[in-house]
Amino acid sequence: MSEILARLEGVSRTYKKGKESVAVLNELDLEIPQGDFLAIMGPSGSGKTTLLNLLGGLDKPTSGKVIVGDDELSSMSNSQLSSWRSSHVGFIFQFYNLLPVLNAHRNVELPLLLTDFSSKERAERASIALDIVGLAERAKHYPRELSGGQEQRVAIARAIVSDPSLLLCDEPTGDLDRDTADEILRLLQVLNRDHGKTIIMVTHDAQAAEYAKRTLHCDKGTLEAKEAA
Amino acid sequence: MKYFRLVWKNVWRKKIRTSLTILSVLVAFLLFALLSALGYAFKAGVDVADAERLVVIDKISLINPIPMSYQNRIASTPGVQSVTHASWFGGFYQEPRNQFGQFPVNPENYFDMYPEFNIPPEQLEAFKNNRTGAVVGQELATTYGWKVGDRIPIQATIWTKADGGRTWDFVLEGIFSTDDPRGSSALMLFHYDYFEEARAFGKGTVGWYVLRVANGADPVQVANAIDLQFANSPNETETSTEAAFAQSFTSQFGNIALIVTMILAAVFFTLLLVSGNTMSQSVRERISELAVLKTLGFTDRTVLGIVLSESILIMMMGGLLGLGLGWLVVQGLSKQMAAFLPGVFLSPGAMGGAVAIMIGAGILAGIFPAVKAMRLSIIDALSRA
Ligand SMILES: Nc1ncnc2c1ncn2[C@@H]1O[C@H](COP(=O)(O)OP(=O)(O)OP(=O)(O)O)[C@@H](O)[C@H]1O
Ligand SMILES: [Mg+2]
Repeated sequence: MSEILARLEGVSRTYKKGKESVAVLNELDLEIPQGDFLAIMGPSGSGKTTLLNLLGGLDKPTSGKVIVGDDELSSMSNSQLSSWRSSHVGFIFQFYNLLPVLNAHRNVELPLLLTDFSSKERAERASIALDIVGLAERAKHYPRELSGGQEQRVAIARAIVSDPSLLLCDEPTGDLDRDTADEILRLLQVLNRDHGKTIIMVTHDAQAAEYAKRTLHCDKGTLEAKEAA
Repeated sequence: MKYFRLVWKNVWRKKIRTSLTILSVLVAFLLFALLSALGYAFKAGVDVADAERLVVIDKISLINPIPMSYQNRIASTPGVQSVTHASWFGGFYQEPRNQFGQFPVNPENYFDMYPEFNIPPEQLEAFKNNRTGAVVGQELATTYGWKVGDRIPIQATIWTKADGGRTWDFVLEGIFSTDDPRGSSALMLFHYDYFEEARAFGKGTVGWYVLRVANGADPVQVANAIDLQFANSPNETETSTEAAFAQSFTSQFGNIALIVTMILAAVFFTLLLVSGNTMSQSVRERISELAVLKTLGFTDRTVLGIVLSESILIMMMGGLLGLGLGWLVVQGLSKQMAAFLPGVFLSPGAMGGAVAIMIGAGILAGIFPAVKAMRLSIIDALSRA
């Protein structure tokens, strides 16, 4: 097995609902090797998004450790997490979440505003990212002028533009038709295979999970991750 | 600066809403500019006035002339250091709309009475030596493009000459300026002797006397002593300090100033509500976008800064447009009103104050939405979307 990129050690996440506390993740251990393409499936409410949020430094575990690369996210402050996210992880959402006021190129460039790159370098990198997702000729288009699949490609370009090693995708094809979904999934495969991105993808769609190297199933509220057949 | 595009695009996400907000900011600052320029003119008269200078006018009316023979009697009143006089000429240059103050004065001592007027000594000397010479304030020289040596014909509206002529010819001998930016120098001064000799009627009178109170003398006592001397004469006098003279004029506007301040306060309060509402709507409708920015690694503080910048930008756009428009209007207004209300002026202080108000109002209007954006939890915001 190759090097481990991300590791959960005894991670629990509980939410307080009034007096009751609901354990969403319970003492979870998980190792994700560098270069993995992991699909996570499971019923609604089983904690898939919660898991992605922990791995992406958007949320902190109630107990346990989250380690990505050399960084222990569970012990970082919020502002440390902000700057860590900007260079280590890319997010891809079900509803793309592009900024409607910016065109495709500017949306992709957005994460680079947080870097020291000059505006010329930013523009070059954004163009390369758009090129990779096959949307170079739509750079000047605004989100409302793009199809869902194209919007998701722009979102993927935005996720890879600062060259993170980890991509976290929360139902990236949940809002797309079969053919478009397949295109997006092939693109993720390319990013995984040719660009060395480690990808964790939450999906409800068994066909989508086929594109991954392996699939984990979550169950019920408190979950255990078990290897699928 | 690299966030400017983002800020700019966000400002214009709802074009009509933003335009209306900017328009209301514009109107508020236009009003601010106009009112502060007018207020400046009212205040200038009092500020420029010299408490040690008294003005003697006819008790019945400023426009009634007083006998020339009063001069020596005023000069010998205890507490009077020096006396000079001036009269109202009321002519125009070339066209009736070119009106400005023209005073026949005593060139020997008029400038001693008004040390705030600066004139090069050799020009003053030339003025004294030329009976038909005149001097003008820098403002006038600039307006009409006059240079020393120019011949300036003035058309009389009151004072026809003994020979029936209405044109009075003067040679420009000097140009004076004033130290005080608030004092007007839109004045033309010429020899009383020439005026006295050539005019067809009214001989032996002057318009008003100006005197300086001796060091240590009480201006009020001196004024009373002068008026007492001429009591029961055909020309009773009214002597007051220049400040009181200006004040009596200005105090009529005192209440107006208070009302104006209250109106402005109400306008700006409304402005805060309008733009505050614009900003909170704008933040409310893009909760998920703000959460996405944070997801990408924008810190809470950067998000706060972006929203605040939007608010300040809206305020600055409207404010600077309003101030600029106000400046243009004031330029026109001050020319038209120069004759009866000099000193209409949008001062650098007022403009600086306006810019400070823009920034302050921008922060006030944006701070609550900005803090809301800053505190926004990514997970809550994204799961709600
Ligand atoms: N901020 C929160 N406060 C309280 N409970 C929460 C919060 N976020 C998530 N939960 C709860 O945690 C559980 C897991 O939520 P999560 O979003 O991780 O599920 P999911 O597997 O992603 O579901 P879905 O497939 O519907 O997206 C749910 O029961 C949910 O109600
Ligand atoms: Mg989910």
